[in-house]
Amino acid sequence: MSSVSTSYPRDTIIHGLGRGVINLVCLLGDLFLFGWEMLGWIITRLPPRSNLWSCMYHIGIQSIPVILITGGFIGMVLAVQSYDQFKLMHLENQIGAVIAISLVEELGPVLAAIMLAGRVGTSMSAELGTMRVTEQIDALRALGADPIHYLVVPRFLACCLLIPLLTIIADAIGILGGWFFSTQILGVDSFYYWYYSKNFVFAYDVLGGIFKSFFFGAAISLISCHRGFHCGAGAEGVGKAATQAFVYSFIVIMILDFLLGVSIVNFYHFMQTVYPGVVR
Amino acid sequence: MNERKSDPDYVVELRNVSRQFGTQSVLRDITFGVRRGETLVVIGESGCGKSVTMKMIMNLLQPTTGDVLWHGRSVSDRSTRELTRDRLRIGYLFQGAALFDSLSVYENVAFGLKQNTKLKKAEIDQIVVERLKEVGLSETICQKKPAQLSGGMKKRVGLARALAMTPEVMLYDEPTTGLDPVMTDVINELILQTRARRPVTSIVVTHDMSTVKKVADRIIMLYPLARLDADEEQIVFEGTAEEAFQSSSPRVHQFVYGEAGDRLREMAEAS
Repeated sequence: MSSVSTSYPRDTIIHGLGRGVINLVCLLGDLFLFGWEMLGWIITRLPPRSNLWSCMYHIGIQSIPVILITGGFIGMVLAVQSYDQFKLMHLENQIGAVIAISLVEELGPVLAAIMLAGRVGTSMSAELGTMRVTEQIDALRALGADPIHYLVVPRFLACCLLIPLLTIIADAIGILGGWFFSTQILGVDSFYYWYYSKNFVFAYDVLGGIFKSFFFGAAISLISCHRGFHCGAGAEGVGKAATQAFVYSFIVIMILDFLLGVSIVNFYHFMQTVYPGVVR
Repeated sequence: MNERKSDPDYVVELRNVSRQFGTQSVLRDITFGVRRGETLVVIGESGCGKSVTMKMIMNLLQPTTGDVLWHGRSVSDRSTRELTRDRLRIGYLFQGAALFDSLSVYENVAFGLKQNTKLKKAEIDQIVVERLKEVGLSETICQKKPAQLSGGMKKRVGLARALAMTPEVMLYDEPTTGLDPVMTDVINELILQTRARRPVTSIVVTHDMSTVKKVADRIIMLYPLARLDADEEQIVFEGTAEEAFQSSSPRVHQFVYGEAGDRLREMAEAS
């Protein structure tokens, strides 16, 4: 009589896909609950002011040099890349408008957010991950503090408040950088640079960019803190959490940028239809 | 099911507690209690679930099944507010001390007081200095950060921090791990002094037999589930230190005398 061998089905691509979907849904659900608990704390009790100031210093003040560099170079690169095409059409004096609109609506908020996801997001997730693996988060609970209230809420508030301000700085420095390169190197008339910048950029464009950056800040802080809280054991776990914090933040920034961009444009068209001339 | 009887004098009690992480079972049907004023030492090999047990006592982890009771009342019956309040009656010395890296020694020791009381700064200062003195540290280290401290100093600051809230129960998670023999005995002495100074119930997790001999009123020994049969209890010994050293059980004998026995061959075969 031949023996029956027990064989198990090999994992196929469908199994992998199924596992991936399950993991993604679990991650999103966990992130939602994490954010929900955090929002509950914001409504009921703000964190100690010393925590908030410390986070604001680290996230805001210490990010200024990097934001200045990022913004300045974005502006100059825009000038470099758009000048030739504009010169072909004899519109080089209007280059200020292109630089300003691109910066305030899109490049300023997005590139500043990505840079801050790298600087602030990875730092937050590494710090919280290290606290997780060294049992400091457990120690907080043991001493009567809620870890989300004590650690996450100040970081979330600091990011939501300061990333829009840093975006404004990035936009301003970008426009200045573009001005410098356009006028001093490419020979564009300074008067026309500022004239077309002012006439083609409206308050709605600026506010739209700041509106987006608020959500980017919220996403960066929530994702980075969540990854830190749920990091695996040891240095490898902390490193992985920091990497995931940046990658997930980047993906979410891209998705939010698209969704918010569509919403902002649609809202503008709606307002123009219902209240023409009110929104500019 | 474990048939140990509940004692009304138990300050902390675990009843039929099991804990799984994913598909891996770490604790199975554990039942034991700790009486008021007693020092219970939990011993066992690495990976047998000692630290997991401690964290469940503190409600930092929840059991998969079973119940943890504080003063006869289930932890799961408490509201979040009650849980937070009652947890402050338990002090925890973590394995690595778990001091907050960004805070100074003073801020670490004062943390619980600032978080949970309305004491004035002068009162908090006094308590901090007293606790540091109690663990053999002077107030000159107050402004130092944990990174500037030695391992033994960190443990002592961690102990001062746990004692600052005047707990009724003290949990010590491998308090002497990583310390030299002299500092090990210093920590053992501090555990005894803490017990002598205040009416505290202590639970110590360790695999250091010098600590066991010095501080234990009673010992329980956990055994790794992977090396137990399905019908065997995970608590393989319960008694005094003297009884442990005189035990005829090969598992207990091997552990308390630190004998490798067949373990090396078993590990080689397993890999």
